[in-house]
Amino acid sequence: MNWADIFFDGVLAALGPVGAAYALSAIGLNLQFGYTGLLNFGHVAFMMAGAYGTAITVEFGGSLWLGVVIGVLAGAFLGLLLGIPTVRLRADYLAIVTISIGEIMRLVARSGFAEPLTGGVFGIQAFANDFFALNPFSPGARYGWGQFVFQGRALFVTLVGWSLVALGLLLTWKLVRSPWGRVIRAVREDEDAARSLGKNVFLYKLQALMVGGSLGAMAGVLLAIEQQNVTPNSFEPKVTFFLYVIVIVGGAGTIVGPVVGALIFQFLFFFFDSLMLSAQGQGYLDWAGFDATDAAQVKLVLVGLGLMTLMAFRPQGIFGNKEEMLIGDT
Amino acid sequence: MTRESPLAGVAPEPGVAKPDPILVVEHISRAFGGLQAVDVGRLEIQRHTITSLIGPNGAGKTTLFNLLTGFDHADDGHWHLDGGALVGIPAYRVARRGVVRTFQLTRSLARLTVLENVLLAATDQRGESLLGGLLTPWRRIERANIVKADELLERFGLEHMRDEFAGSLSGGQRKLLEMARALMVDPELIMLDEPMAGVNPALTQSLLHHIRGLREAGKTVVFIEHDMDVVQEISDWVVVLAQGVLIAEGPPAHIAANQDVIDAYLGRHHGEAP
Repeated sequence: MNWADIFFDGVLAALGPVGAAYALSAIGLNLQFGYTGLLNFGHVAFMMAGAYGTAITVEFGGSLWLGVVIGVLAGAFLGLLLGIPTVRLRADYLAIVTISIGEIMRLVARSGFAEPLTGGVFGIQAFANDFFALNPFSPGARYGWGQFVFQGRALFVTLVGWSLVALGLLLTWKLVRSPWGRVIRAVREDEDAARSLGKNVFLYKLQALMVGGSLGAMAGVLLAIEQQNVTPNSFEPKVTFFLYVIVIVGGAGTIVGPVVGALIFQFLFFFFDSLMLSAQGQGYLDWAGFDATDAAQVKLVLVGLGLMTLMAFRPQGIFGNKEEMLIGDT
Repeated sequence: MTRESPLAGVAPEPGVAKPDPILVVEHISRAFGGLQAVDVGRLEIQRHTITSLIGPNGAGKTTLFNLLTGFDHADDGHWHLDGGALVGIPAYRVARRGVVRTFQLTRSLARLTVLENVLLAATDQRGESLLGGLLTPWRRIERANIVKADELLERFGLEHMRDEFAGSLSGGQRKLLEMARALMVDPELIMLDEPMAGVNPALTQSLLHHIRGLREAGKTVVFIEHDMDVVQEISDWVVVLAQGVLIAEGPPAHIAANQDVIDAYLGRHHGEAP
């Protein structure tokens, strides 16, 4: 087996556009869950709102840029819509409603009656040509050093993606260090205490849902553009839980935690993917009778083990503060 | 202790009018299912005094606090602060009107530092709005607030814990922090729910000293307390609830001798031969 190839498969996936999209989405989830304590179990719905918002706008004759704006606004609007009836209630209600909305949106998008709008199970394709028309790199050429190479098309999306991540980080950094950030952390710690000190807890939760939701939607837009394709089945509930893993592994309630979490998650996922495929391809797994499908399943087990190891040694996340985490437990 | 009480001439009877009330409850009631938790007629709280709210367990003291501060909704009633109605106003607005309450179980914001706990309570920080946090020069206001917060921390003997997480404070220190935080709001009326519960005697004295300090600083204090010695020592006026009803009010000495109050605490047939 070529370990260098396997390693670089992981590295390139982590640094690629999908890694950037996960990082951006996790930044939004972290603002809601890590800083405000909102149990949003349907973050994938925000990504879906962004992706479909963009694709449908273009499909109906709008420009891609209008689509991006509409996609991001759709994320904020979804936060408002979900938040108004639920954030007054206990945390579990928000969790139930958000996980349901995610599934409802996915099932509606793939159903027959929505097909004229969403394209049903096949989704919507080829709506991001305006974006790729701006690509300063030549799409087919290879850029990089040694094994660290991106094709021109991917390089463009990657650079735009990580720039958006940088902007997302800047926004969270400005927000959580401001007095607004102090209030949302207070809401996370004890809503009633915040209320007794004159803070409109309802409004802060709504704002956190909306800002985090817009970041999630932006990530959805990025994924959609990268793939030039939106289909309902890319927005399964597991995406939300991947994002939770990312936030927690990186360190919930820390600024760069989600980004590092996304890098680790993507790396582990594609490192083990490449490892198992290559091991199976070369017959190392024949003794167990594994075919390629089995190898892919085992890969998930290994990813899980890797993440569990990280949690066992750093339960507070890579960037988390152990003292802070222990206080939170008592 | 030689201070002339503004309530000197007031008759010790339930619902009596006070010379200068800050809070006036005309009527307030709340039932939980079949249980009438609070059903209080007229109650006035005199400005710049310390009023104790006492009563046996389950008398409705905390429920009354919750209703008055917007943490619970009354079934019926009318009450006002300095003439402005407070009925149906959400808790955070009640706080902004100058009524701050603490909780029976201390609510320190564990993963905020002690200083952040106090800064949070400042009411003039425009950086607390979403756009304000991004765009306004909130640091200038913050600097002034930090000076004020540091003064409060020093007054309550917490300055050495300033940058620690509030979750690492001892139980007694949390009580002090909660009081410092309440003061940062600059309230007119402070409502303390059992501030002395589970606190050692030395700290009780220190808390009493601070509560007196609040009165000296021109605040009005209402507090729930079980320990009659504490009540006797500090109160200008005592209000007694039993089974949700106001059964007596008056100066502490009068309350201690009141047969209705003794009955409410000990049962009507105490002391009689079996």
